[in-house]
Amino acid sequence: MDTINLSNKVDWEFIEQVKEESGQNPSLCYQCGNCTAGCPYTNYFDYPVSMVMRLLQAGQKDTILNSKAIWLCATCETCTTRCPCEIDVAHIMDTLRIIARREGRVSEKDVKLFYDSFLDSVKQFGRIYEMGTLLMYNLRSGHLLADADLGPKVLTKGKIHFFPTKIKGSDKVAQIFERFQKKAKRHG
Amino acid sequence: MNASRKRLKDMAEKEYAYYSGCSLEGTAKEYDTSLRLVMETLGVKLAEIPDWSCCGSTPAHTVDHVFAAALAARNLAIIEKMNTHTVTVPCPSCLTVLKKAHIGMTTDESFKNEVNELLDEPYEGKVTAKSSLQVIYEDIGLEAIADRVTHALPDLKVVAYYGCILNRPPDVAQFDDPENPVAMDKVISALGVEVLDYAFKTECCGAAFGVPKRSMVNELTYKIISMAVDSGANCIAVACPLCQQNLDLRQEQVNRTMGASFNIPILYFTQIMGLAYGYSPEELGMDMLVVSADHLMRNRVPIAEYRAMKEAEAAAAKKPAKAKAIKEEPKEAEAAKTEEN
Repeated sequence: MDTINLSNKVDWEFIEQVKEESGQNPSLCYQCGNCTAGCPYTNYFDYPVSMVMRLLQAGQKDTILNSKAIWLCATCETCTTRCPCEIDVAHIMDTLRIIARREGRVSEKDVKLFYDSFLDSVKQFGRIYEMGTLLMYNLRSGHLLADADLGPKVLTKGKIHFFPTKIKGSDKVAQIFERFQKKAKRHG
Repeated sequence: MNASRKRLKDMAEKEYAYYSGCSLEGTAKEYDTSLRLVMETLGVKLAEIPDWSCCGSTPAHTVDHVFAAALAARNLAIIEKMNTHTVTVPCPSCLTVLKKAHIGMTTDESFKNEVNELLDEPYEGKVTAKSSLQVIYEDIGLEAIADRVTHALPDLKVVAYYGCILNRPPDVAQFDDPENPVAMDKVISALGVEVLDYAFKTECCGAAFGVPKRSMVNELTYKIISMAVDSGANCIAVACPLCQQNLDLRQEQVNRTMGASFNIPILYFTQIMGLAYGYSPEELGMDMLVVSADHLMRNRVPIAEYRAMKEAEAAAAKKPAKAKAIKEEPKEAEAAKTEEN
């Protein structure tokens, strides 16, 4: 762990931004570590969730937004459920991920690609077309054979459709995407 | 008599909007099929939501909270126009997303306005969302669940696995206990099926990371299955399509990557209910499970037959004990037994 010089590296604006966007108060955290103790993903995190909270209190924007932890959090809500200070920790992690995405900092590209492939299916068809989502992910990520071993299983079990079903209001769903993107551009 | 008639009348009046979600049209088709049959048996009408769309699930809330709420609220706005304003949702991911959108929009006026700006039809905040497990457990109740049982399933030893978000966070889920949920245990017990204690009821299975972070998911599910096996279970009951997929479809991956040799069926709790209600394995989509549960269903018998069998067994067990008591030999027999042990 690097030493942080707090006198010249605290990003106060970032702390305020996270507070405002998440509606949570990170300064309530007294580092008991209960969130980390229950976090199923902590073995895979570069910074345990309680440390992300501490880094946030210290305004360490770059370290947080470049971390793998914010992308490997599955929003399982264990931290939120167990926080004695009633901080919605998972919501803070979610907010940090959103800010990282907005700033184009994505430390776990495959995770983001999977999410994007999922959302593309929603935009196009109004619902998830599982096979299309997986194939799109495989193509974009370059992991062409990811989960290919599952193919025969789902196909013989009749669990997957070869063609997507498009809902009648798929254009209405696509409009939600478009309106959001327009609004996001306006706000820069 | 009157009480049971009244119960039937109450039940006939129950109607919910049904948000199946995308998974139940694909990889979790058997959850949909079995849930519909069980609800019909319990006298619950499920009303289709016209032209529902995807809730946005996890991917949407990595983009923006207003955007994510809008994808969910499009559906809430449609439900608001239906006869019933209570929606039942089998998938915990859909449920959380719908509930979070509702809570956000009913507690924060500016959030509500921002979300509605993205929608064609605004959502006014009148919908209550309940998981299908909650409807079965709370609205139908254990007594009515037990009343409908036609078949005994003597071979099943079940642990109930709830997954991470069915009961969490408590302020959103507003159902059961976030650390030790019991609804599924009690529902399955009410069917007369053996349910065992299980320590990993709410551990996370790896959720949507199955595709982009497979090894991580395989390691997490390994722990969940190991604990079930150590608890003495021969099958795991689930209420979430993603949990089912990670535990069942990926079980062979777990065996390969973790050096395990699991072969434990992962059943939707509604499939177990359907089996106890006499539906055929085909009707319940049991053949869609990757790890077969055929061996667990072989001794399924009509409940009357099973009770008669048990009574006969009990009577047979009593007889030799009585005979022994008359002969006054139990002490010797007990001593021999202790030696054997």
